[in-house]
Amino acid sequence: MAKLAASGLLSVVVLTSRDPLVLGTVLAACLAAAPFFGVGPKAFMQRIWPVLVACAGIVITLALFSADRGGTTLLHFGPFLVTTSVLWASLSLALRLLSLAVPAILVFASTDPTDLADSLIQHAKAPARFAIGALAAFRLLELFREEWGMISMARRARGVQRGFARTAFVLFVGAIRRGVRLSVAMDARGFDSGLPRTVARPQRFGAADAGLILGAAVLAVFAFSLGTR
Amino acid sequence: MIQLNGYGWRHAGRRAWAVRGVDLHIDAGERVLLLGPSGAGKSTLLAAVAGLLPSDSGESEGELDVDGRAGVVFQDPQSQLVMSRAGDEVAFGLENLAWPRERIWPRVEEALARVGFGYPLDRRTSELSGGEQQRLVLAGALAPRPDLLLLDEPTANLDPAGGELVRRALSSVPTMVLVEHRIERFLDLITRVVVLSPGGGVRFDGQPSVLTGRLGAQLAAEGVWVPGHPMPHRPAAGEPGETLAAYKDVAVRRGEALVVTGPNGSGKTSLALTLGGLRAPLQAGVVVTAWGDRPHRWRPKVLARRIGSVFQNPEHQFVTSSVRSELELGGTPVARVTELLVRLRLEHLAAANPFTLSGGEARRLSVATALASRPALLILDEPTFGQDRRTWVELVDLLASLRDEGHGILAMTHDPEVVHALADRTVAL
Repeated sequence: MAKLAASGLLSVVVLTSRDPLVLGTVLAACLAAAPFFGVGPKAFMQRIWPVLVACAGIVITLALFSADRGGTTLLHFGPFLVTTSVLWASLSLALRLLSLAVPAILVFASTDPTDLADSLIQHAKAPARFAIGALAAFRLLELFREEWGMISMARRARGVQRGFARTAFVLFVGAIRRGVRLSVAMDARGFDSGLPRTVARPQRFGAADAGLILGAAVLAVFAFSLGTR
Repeated sequence: MIQLNGYGWRHAGRRAWAVRGVDLHIDAGERVLLLGPSGAGKSTLLAAVAGLLPSDSGESEGELDVDGRAGVVFQDPQSQLVMSRAGDEVAFGLENLAWPRERIWPRVEEALARVGFGYPLDRRTSELSGGEQQRLVLAGALAPRPDLLLLDEPTANLDPAGGELVRRALSSVPTMVLVEHRIERFLDLITRVVVLSPGGGVRFDGQPSVLTGRLGAQLAAEGVWVPGHPMPHRPAAGEPGETLAAYKDVAVRRGEALVVTGPNGSGKTSLALTLGGLRAPLQAGVVVTAWGDRPHRWRPKVLARRIGSVFQNPEHQFVTSSVRSELELGGTPVARVTELLVRLRLEHLAAANPFTLSGGEARRLSVATALASRPALLILDEPTFGQDRRTWVELVDLLASLRDEGHGILAMTHDPEVVHALADRTVAL
C-alpha cells in the first residue's frame, strides 16, 4: 500500500516534467533502491525488457520521422535526417517512459498479490468483494496460460489451424464455467454474505511504510526543484 | 438435522424439475451416501441443502429445513481454491464468518492436521497435487466446525492415491451427505444409502448392505460403480501388426492396445502429446511413425488422418457449434458421420451445441471426432476420467473393437480397471 502511494507520487513528478535531469534523478534513485525491495537484477531484467524495447522503438521512430527538424544535423542518409533537437526529444520521451515504469515494476515485483489485496482492504478500505474476487481471478489467470496451449494443440489434433479467435472463445467458455464454480464455492464458505469479516493477516502501516512515502515525497520535491531551477 | 418434505426444485428456464417429491430426514451422526443415475438431481439436492440455490435462480416446492451450518466440497479442487497460500486458504472461510483473529490461526493448524496436510502454512496451493489440493479444500470446509459436511463427487477428479488421501481425511467427519460414483472406497465409511429416482422421489433408503442385492445390480447397470460387479475383459483377438509410432521405449503397434500408467504428474499427458504429433519432444529423441519421422511438423489435416488424439478435457477439442458439424469438419462423408452418430449414441443430439453436453456425452463426441477421418492410431489421455460405469463400459467396448479392426490404441490412464479390461501391454511411467 505504502509502495503504491510512493510510486504514485513519483509518477506525478515524471508526468509533469520533461527535464532529463528530473527524470534521471527519479530513475537513478529507484534503481539504487531496487536491492532494498529484494528485486534482484535477473528478476528486474525479466520485467523491464519489454519497456526497453518500447523505449528503443520510440527513439528510432521519433528520430527518423519527427516533423521537428531543428538543431544541428547529426546524420543525413537518403531521406533520413537526424538532428540534435529530434534526438533530445525522443530520448527524453523514452526516459520518461522508463522512469514511469521502473517504480511500478519495483512495486509489483516485490509485492505478493495476497498482501496487496489485504492491504487494499485494510488501509484503502477497498471492498473485500472486489479485492478478494480479483485475487481469486488472478489465480485462475495462471491456469489459463496452460489451458491456451492445450486448446491450440487440441485444434491441431482435429486437423484445423490454430485460430486465435476460436481458441480464445473456447478458453472464454471454460473461464466462465470455472468462474461460476469458483464463486459458488466461495459463497458456500460464507464469502460476501453481507456480514462483517475479520482479517487473518493484519497489515501494519508502520514506520517503514511512512518512511517510504516520506522518502518518495522528498525525492519528488527534490527532483521537481531541479526542474524548475 | 435435515428435513425434506415433498421437496422439489426447477432451474429457471427449464421445463423439467431437476429434483422432485423428495421426503428425507437425516439426523446428526449419520453418514449418508446419495446415489442415483445421472440426471436424478443429486447435485441439485446437495446444493439446496447447502443453501446455494438463490430463490431467483429457479422455483421450489415443498419444505426444506436444515438445522445447522453446512460445509461443502465439490469435485474440482482447481475451481474451489481461492488463495495462493495453503494457510490463507483455510483461514478464508473463518474470516468470512468473522472469527476473531487470535482464534483463526490455531484453528487453521488444527484443521490442516485433521486432514493430514503435511506442508507449512505458506505452501503455494498451485504446487500441490490434485489429492493434496482436495485435502486442503476439505480442511477449509471443516475449519469453521460445520454441523454437517456435503460432498459432491470429491474424488472424481483424482487418481487412486489422491482419492485415498481424501477418504482417510473424511473418516473423522461425524455427519455427512456424499454424492459419489466410485463408491467402493467409501463403503466402510457410510451408515445409510439413499437412492434418488430419476422420475422424482426416493427409490430406496436404508442400510448399505442393500448394494449387494438386486438393487445393486440395477444401479450398476445405470452407471453407479457398485463393487462386486465384474467389468468386461477384452483381450486382443489377433497378433499385433507393424509399429505405428514410437518414441524412446514406447512403441504402439497396429491391432494392439497399449496402456501407459502412472500417477498424476508422471508425464503421461506429455507423452501423449509428443507421440500424437502435437508438439516437439521436450527431451532428446525423435518420434518415428509408419508415415515418417517428426509428426509435429506435419500439416494438421495430414496429422488428423494418421493419428487421432482424444484430450483429457473433451471441450478443448470442440471447434464448431453443433455435434453434427463437429463430425463433418474436414469433409467427412455423410455416411461416416451417420455411422459414428449411431455407434456412439449421439443421433438424438446431432443438433445440440457440443458445449452443452453432459460429461459422458462430451467424452463420446470427442472420441467420435478423433475417429472421423479414420486414423490408424488413436491416442487417448485419461479417457475414463470422471465417467460413470455405463459410459466406461461403452468406451472400453468401443476401444477394444477398434483395436480388433486393426487400429492401434494408446491409452494414458491411472485407472487400474482400464488396464485389466483392455491392455495387451502396459508401460508404467
